[in-house]
Amino acid sequence: MSLIASNLSFKPGNEWHLDNVCFEMSKGQIYTILGRTLAGKTTLLKTLAGLISPDEGTLTLDDRDFGSIPVWKREVAMVYQQFINYPHLSVYENVAFPLKQRRMQSDQIKARVMKALQQVGLDGFENRKIQALSGGQQQRVALARSLVKEASVILLDEPLVNLDYKLREQLREEFRNIFSSEASKDSILIYSSTDPVEAMQLGGQILVMDEGRILQQGTSKEVYENPNCTKVAQITNDPAMNLFEGRVDNGRIILSSEIDLELPQHCKGLATGSYIFGMRAAGITLNSTGFPFSVELSEISGSETFLHIRHEMIGVVGLLDSVQNFNTGEVVRVQFDTLQLYVFDQNEQLVSSPYRGLE
Amino acid sequence: MRVLYTSLKYLAVVLWSIFVIAPFLWAVSTSFKDFQSVTNGATYIPWVDFEPNLEGWRALWKSPAQGGVDIVEPFFNSVFVTASGSLISIILGTLAAYALSRFTFKAGFIRNGDITFFFISQRIMPPVVLAIPFFIMLGKFSLLDTLAGLIIVYIVLLMPIAVWIMVDFFNKVPVEIDETALIDGCNPLQVFYKVVLPNSIPGIIVAGMFCMIFGWTDFFFSFILTFTEVQLLPVAIVALNSSITPWWSLSAAALVSVAPLVLVAFIVERYLSKGNLSGALK
Repeated sequence: MSLIASNLSFKPGNEWHLDNVCFEMSKGQIYTILGRTLAGKTTLLKTLAGLISPDEGTLTLDDRDFGSIPVWKREVAMVYQQFINYPHLSVYENVAFPLKQRRMQSDQIKARVMKALQQVGLDGFENRKIQALSGGQQQRVALARSLVKEASVILLDEPLVNLDYKLREQLREEFRNIFSSEASKDSILIYSSTDPVEAMQLGGQILVMDEGRILQQGTSKEVYENPNCTKVAQITNDPAMNLFEGRVDNGRIILSSEIDLELPQHCKGLATGSYIFGMRAAGITLNSTGFPFSVELSEISGSETFLHIRHEMIGVVGLLDSVQNFNTGEVVRVQFDTLQLYVFDQNEQLVSSPYRGLE
Repeated sequence: MRVLYTSLKYLAVVLWSIFVIAPFLWAVSTSFKDFQSVTNGATYIPWVDFEPNLEGWRALWKSPAQGGVDIVEPFFNSVFVTASGSLISIILGTLAAYALSRFTFKAGFIRNGDITFFFISQRIMPPVVLAIPFFIMLGKFSLLDTLAGLIIVYIVLLMPIAVWIMVDFFNKVPVEIDETALIDGCNPLQVFYKVVLPNSIPGIIVAGMFCMIFGWTDFFFSFILTFTEVQLLPVAIVALNSSITPWWSLSAAALVSVAPLVLVAFIVERYLSKGNLSGALK
């Protein structure tokens, strides 16, 4: 079973919400649509669900025209980022709702509902009112309702974004277990997220979206290791990959009058000229023999510190694997790990990556 | 300081309560008086100032020929017209409001907000402006002085209230609920009656209450558009005010006219606090 989108485009106003979107997805796989807010992720999911009719393009599922099927007849299930349930129904009735719409036998409905509730850890909650549940439990009900349909396509629109950190971590783990189990072996799972860490943890394929376009599609490893352009490099990293302009000349990378770096092995052969260089925060560390940068901001995140530093026009974020305090304006010495250096051309396309060398 | 503030607060509440309750107490007291007790100076406390009797209440269902005021027929006329007008207004108003809330209408410069305003603009105009066209139209269709004519007029008058309240209510119901129901296999009509409607009961009750209050208490249109065949309760009560006003019967009739609204308010009050949408979108 495969879902194929060809040239999907949607422009409700002056801006493209979907711009020539093409992809092919196979059953039993998890696909994560990764992009910033307003990238077009929700529009794409709603288009797949049938809630939005694209201006152009086609959707086929197993060679059938999927796009012309009315939403209420499509084999899709969807979980929203808000915890959407039917407040006038109990937990059991909520999960049973799509099956009742299909006029299934009550014993079959019961069996399926109980199984779905068990999968999401809500067995014993059948008679509870939705209002009596916590946010995490409400989202589990929504998830159970999406699983119970055994739909061909399951759409998850940032389902964890409104949960607190701890619960998000817990549910993310549970989601992965549910989706990698029997429950979804016959479905195509499409998960949208703004969080690159979440996308990487879910595994599967990643589709990076920006301004309604799919910039790159590949396995999480491939997208992480070889982002095909600067936008993908930024979207797939948290904090976003540092980008700074410089020149390659005489086997050295010249970033400013004071900063020049030796060209690493994977960049040997780069022609002389101007490039955009990229480096993840983890590649920028403190070193007493490094280059002078002044601190603009230091953020403590758990056991790590994000250090926002600047040298002339070069503003970067470094990641320190310990909690440290810095004063604004304080001068620190910084080292660039050139083995982790990415090079993009002036059109922002990848030229060289640490994992694949020159393109 | 705090004690003074609390005392003043309670004093204000007590004074306001007296101000609100006093006319009712006056009406209740008067309804148990007779001609002597009403006309021989102010009397307040039953069995002390005057001897209470049920003459005023008995007169309500006696015919004028028997010395009564007979408000039974006007009462049931009012019940029928108000209930029918409110029910139809709520049904049509809820459907209209759902459409205005969920779909985008464009006709030249007119948008959804304008259409909603057109509905309510009928309530903004002075009633007398509407009365003449209503009078002429009902006359053309031979509906003057009929219950059907009054129901039609009441639908026109009450539906804007239902639309206004329900549009606001539906706008607060997340559209994602509708979308989820569509995805779960409901067609658009099923979305409305299986999901949106059950979650809109508090809004419908509020809109229904307002429709019933405005319909039940209307005097102007029922006075203008009826003559001899049909009489509604407010007109019948006012008609009691003649050269010799039977204040005891008038008070009893006034209390009877208030009773249905009080009863409805008590019945629906518990529904107003139930069935909220907190579980739909946390």
